[in-house]
Amino acid sequence: MNAENNIKTLIVKKPLKLDCGKTINEFPIAYETYGTLNKNKDNAILVFHALTGDQFVTGQNPITKKDGWWSYAVGPDKAIDTKKYFVICANVMGGCMGSFGPSHEDPSTGTAFGTNFPVITINDMVNAQYNLLDHFGIDKLFSIAGGSMGGMQVLQFISNFPDKAKTVIPIACTSSHSAQNIAFNELGRQAIAADSNWKGGDYSYEDTIPNKGLAVARMAAHITYLSKKGLQEKFGRKLQEREDLKFGFDADFQIESYLRYQGSVFVDRFDANSYLYITRAMDYFDLAKQYKGNLSDAFRATRAKFFVISFTSDWLYPTQENKDIVIALNSIGADVGFVEIESDKGHDSFLLDVPDFLSALKNFLDKSYTEN
Amino acid sequence: MKNEFQVISELIEKDKKVLDVGCGDGILMQFLKNNKNTNIRGLEISKSKVQECIAKGLTVIEGNAEKDLKQFPDKSFEYVVLSQTLQAFLNPELVMNELLRVGKKAIVTIPNFGYWRVRLHLLIKGTMPITKTLPDEWYNTPNIHMCSIKDFFYFAKSRNIKIFKSLAINNQNVSIINDSNLTIKNFFADLGIFLLEK
Repeated sequence: MNAENNIKTLIVKKPLKLDCGKTINEFPIAYETYGTLNKNKDNAILVFHALTGDQFVTGQNPITKKDGWWSYAVGPDKAIDTKKYFVICANVMGGCMGSFGPSHEDPSTGTAFGTNFPVITINDMVNAQYNLLDHFGIDKLFSIAGGSMGGMQVLQFISNFPDKAKTVIPIACTSSHSAQNIAFNELGRQAIAADSNWKGGDYSYEDTIPNKGLAVARMAAHITYLSKKGLQEKFGRKLQEREDLKFGFDADFQIESYLRYQGSVFVDRFDANSYLYITRAMDYFDLAKQYKGNLSDAFRATRAKFFVISFTSDWLYPTQENKDIVIALNSIGADVGFVEIESDKGHDSFLLDVPDFLSALKNFLDKSYTEN
Repeated sequence: MKNEFQVISELIEKDKKVLDVGCGDGILMQFLKNNKNTNIRGLEISKSKVQECIAKGLTVIEGNAEKDLKQFPDKSFEYVVLSQTLQAFLNPELVMNELLRVGKKAIVTIPNFGYWRVRLHLLIKGTMPITKTLPDEWYNTPNIHMCSIKDFFYFAKSRNIKIFKSLAINNQNVSIINDSNLTIKNFFADLGIFLLEK
């Protein structure tokens, strides 16, 4: 996480008042861009990442050396075609890939903020990222897009800045975090807190970190990103490099081994405190509540064209929650399209090679762009 | 584009806001958008048809007319179009009410079960009629509430639905239906087109 030289950073000079009441000054927003901003500056797409994503959308992530999290969707000739569009993505506030977060040094103590970092919200995240428009001199984005927590940021962004995007693509998300999703996030946070290395968030970033707790949090969350059918087809009851059950608690089943692996690689790239802060921001997200219970009011001021996408096997952010966004938009006569993509890959579908999804995304963007 | 869509588009003035219910692959929507500068939306139940519409750059919502029309406010469209789908709903009366609530006007087309070829098929062969507009067998047809032009005419009258215009299509011929020629049109037309308001 210290390969700072690979990370582009904007230091935001303008003070930002957070929802918790605190004001922050001179804070860093780490970002990455792909493609070229055209002369009219009308081809920019701001992509928002999900809980464990970062600004490295596509190509090789310089820190993890793995493919960017949205490599299937973003790149030359892909759905979000970087030959055509200028793609910007920022690490969310609270994150651990260079943006202002709990692993940053607290100038008043000289050590990492830890849990002294202010509790941030989706609203704070998008307000911070809005500074990138000024930085690039972009008056209006061609599009904003994101899945899961990225989709929540999309909704919050257009409600905060109604005339700053022409098209709006919330994917596999919700306008209000459900009790079930808060419950899963709480499970992850408690797993971290139960790790004795967490030390109330005051662990030394060089020394012992709450790896075990964070790995369990990731394992539990990972299950929610998949579907029962997908898991059954991929793993079933297949055994892990053994002929028969061993009558012990090693990973007998492939699914166990897979989850353990997912947990172990996650701790190498993610900070436990960031996990606490970002899941909290998701839990606090309730866009309708910000508008006295009327979700439509969040979108009343915008003329943007919306395209809402959900997936059949996504039980974390099910179709109905995505449709609620569509209903709120239709009730005010907004320009909104909606499609539910058939896929058995669960919530993760938006990150994977799902041809119907990718072609719908591409067609929507390219057709909307030529109508400009 | 088929004659039916030509006739429908002639009923819609320029620059209107229109909802095409059961818009299929979006042929009519595209025509209205390009030729009438229509602010057009579609509602379609088939995922693959929705994809075709998106590929045409059309704004479509995947959904079911029987459940999903209720999200649109009263009179939020100047026209709501329903082409040859009324007979496929479980509850056509409910859908009719919704169309007339959401649209200031509704344009509804129905395959005419009173068409002479349909009558002849049943009379001579004694089996369920199969024609150009009704190509399916009884066991796989989506059409569960067939009606004739006359049935629809009477239905509209009994519900106090205003019929502004009713047209009969027989191949390329389009003619006006009125009270005095209803019986004849009901015999010779294979499709009825109605411009309605409630």
